[in-house]
Amino acid sequence: MARRLTPWRWVVLGLAALYFLVPLAASVIFTVDVPGQGVSFDAYTKILSADGFLSSLLLSLELAVATIAAVLLLMVPAVVALRLGAPRLRPVVEVVCSLPLVVPPIAFVAGIATVLKWGPEHLSQTPLFETFVVIQNQNFPVVLVLAYVVMALPFVYRALDAGLRAIDVRTLVEAARSCGASWPQALLQAVLPNLRGALLNASFLTLALVLGEFTVSHLLGYAPFAVWIYNVGGEQAQMSVAVSVLSLLVTWALLLALAGAGGGRNRTASSRG
Amino acid sequence: MTTALPRTDVAPVASAKRRRRAPGWLAVVPLLVFVTIAFGLPAVAIVNGAFSVDDATTGATHYTGANLTASLQGPYLTALLGSVKLSAISAALGALLGLPLAQAVVSSRSRWLREAVLTASGVLANFGGVPLAFAFVATLGNAGVLTVHLGLKDSGWDLYSFWGLVLVYLYFLIPLMVLTITPALDGLRAQWREAALNNGATGVQYWRHVALPVLAPSLLGGLVLLFGSAFAAYATAAAMVGSAVPLVTLQIADALSGNVLVGQENVALALSLDMVLVAGLVMAVYLPLQRRSARWLDA
Repeated sequence: MARRLTPWRWVVLGLAALYFLVPLAASVIFTVDVPGQGVSFDAYTKILSADGFLSSLLLSLELAVATIAAVLLLMVPAVVALRLGAPRLRPVVEVVCSLPLVVPPIAFVAGIATVLKWGPEHLSQTPLFETFVVIQNQNFPVVLVLAYVVMALPFVYRALDAGLRAIDVRTLVEAARSCGASWPQALLQAVLPNLRGALLNASFLTLALVLGEFTVSHLLGYAPFAVWIYNVGGEQAQMSVAVSVLSLLVTWALLLALAGAGGGRNRTASSRG
Repeated sequence: MTTALPRTDVAPVASAKRRRRAPGWLAVVPLLVFVTIAFGLPAVAIVNGAFSVDDATTGATHYTGANLTASLQGPYLTALLGSVKLSAISAALGALLGLPLAQAVVSSRSRWLREAVLTASGVLANFGGVPLAFAFVATLGNAGVLTVHLGLKDSGWDLYSFWGLVLVYLYFLIPLMVLTITPALDGLRAQWREAALNNGATGVQYWRHVALPVLAPSLLGGLVLLFGSAFAAYATAAAMVGSAVPLVTLQIADALSGNVLVGQENVALALSLDMVLVAGLVMAVYLPLQRRSARWLDA
């Protein structure tokens, strides 16, 4: 029955391939075809030595690691507990983890900027003021980690929830406990290994979110990777496009690695957020 | 987490068993505390700021609806409507183009094609932001490869315009639609089609009377999801058009970076609140629809 649709299908797939591949191909051509000079790979070779490239990439990676660690530390115990001992809290957690979807990043950062202004305006005499200074440290802006954790909550919740649905946590924990494991042991050695796919999935989505995040960091005045690409775009168009192409390839590689690691089936469900 | 709390809300028989194995609600508390601070404070700041005005001379603050009124007038209203129009058109086009693409993939029996398209969609749906803008600038911008080689400039093409933005947004909206609608298309049973054809229905009739009604909740859900996604997008537009196209996200950013008159920050917060209301409406439509389509697929 599907055979009748064949010509129609190839037209659709062909047009889609054209639309999605042409900008990528054109970007590559744009970066290597220097007007008046012919083909040159300077745009790519210059990236490594470009001002701010390494520091901004490092900052983004550090932020990503901190965000992944924080979001997993907060979420894993919570979702496991929802399965085991506190099913009544389930709707609460579900709503809490969906709330960030209702606040667009630009509105969220408007709120954060306002809160950060309370520091100098109202709290300069209190010990809290120190906290405000510390979380806005230029070298490692904790405030960005806080924002990213919030933005990652919906994706992480869905990824972990899907992972937990696939295993019988209660039996796993009971078996571990019967064999004499303590609570932390049961969690770390029985539950977490079974959640490997979901944890990888959640980590990948968070990594992709942090590496590509622009709105919050730009408006709060920090310069992680996406902001650096934006700034470079003004002066060196070719290099900015070269970095854009590379960042897509890196994301693709990460996703394929993830699919290979076994989390592939959950992916589509969790990126729907 | 290791504490077993006595519970009063469970039956006595169960409680003896529960006490041993339940880590209890304590494990949820850090999450709730975190969200209250990191999400709650900014949320309170938005609402508080949107409804208050600082008196420049006395420094006193009073509450008023003036910011919200201002956010629905003049250039702010233009920007808000511009965002709604852009999101609605791109979402409709994205849904319209994403559906046949997803159907082409689902109806093909090639596992390889399916995996490739779904993986690509997963990547591309997240490929928003600055890199996307630059890729399109390199392709169709003023000095873009296609613009130059095809001489598009003379035919009046302008990437830095409303329709330019629509074209760029579709780059992540179509994959998003494919991801959203594929599970629903998978749920269409081959038997339904066979039953319809055996009863003398044509392919078109099958789609009109069987497939589309079953798909309707997922389609509508995908549509509002696409709308929300386009509505919230900021980085792509900022990197591509600056403020050539009036959009609410660009207006808020301008006000936040002090590019406008002092005292407009609270109008920016009022605009943010407008956005939250629109996004909230979108989610209020999307979540029940998603649940409804999940019922069909699990049945």
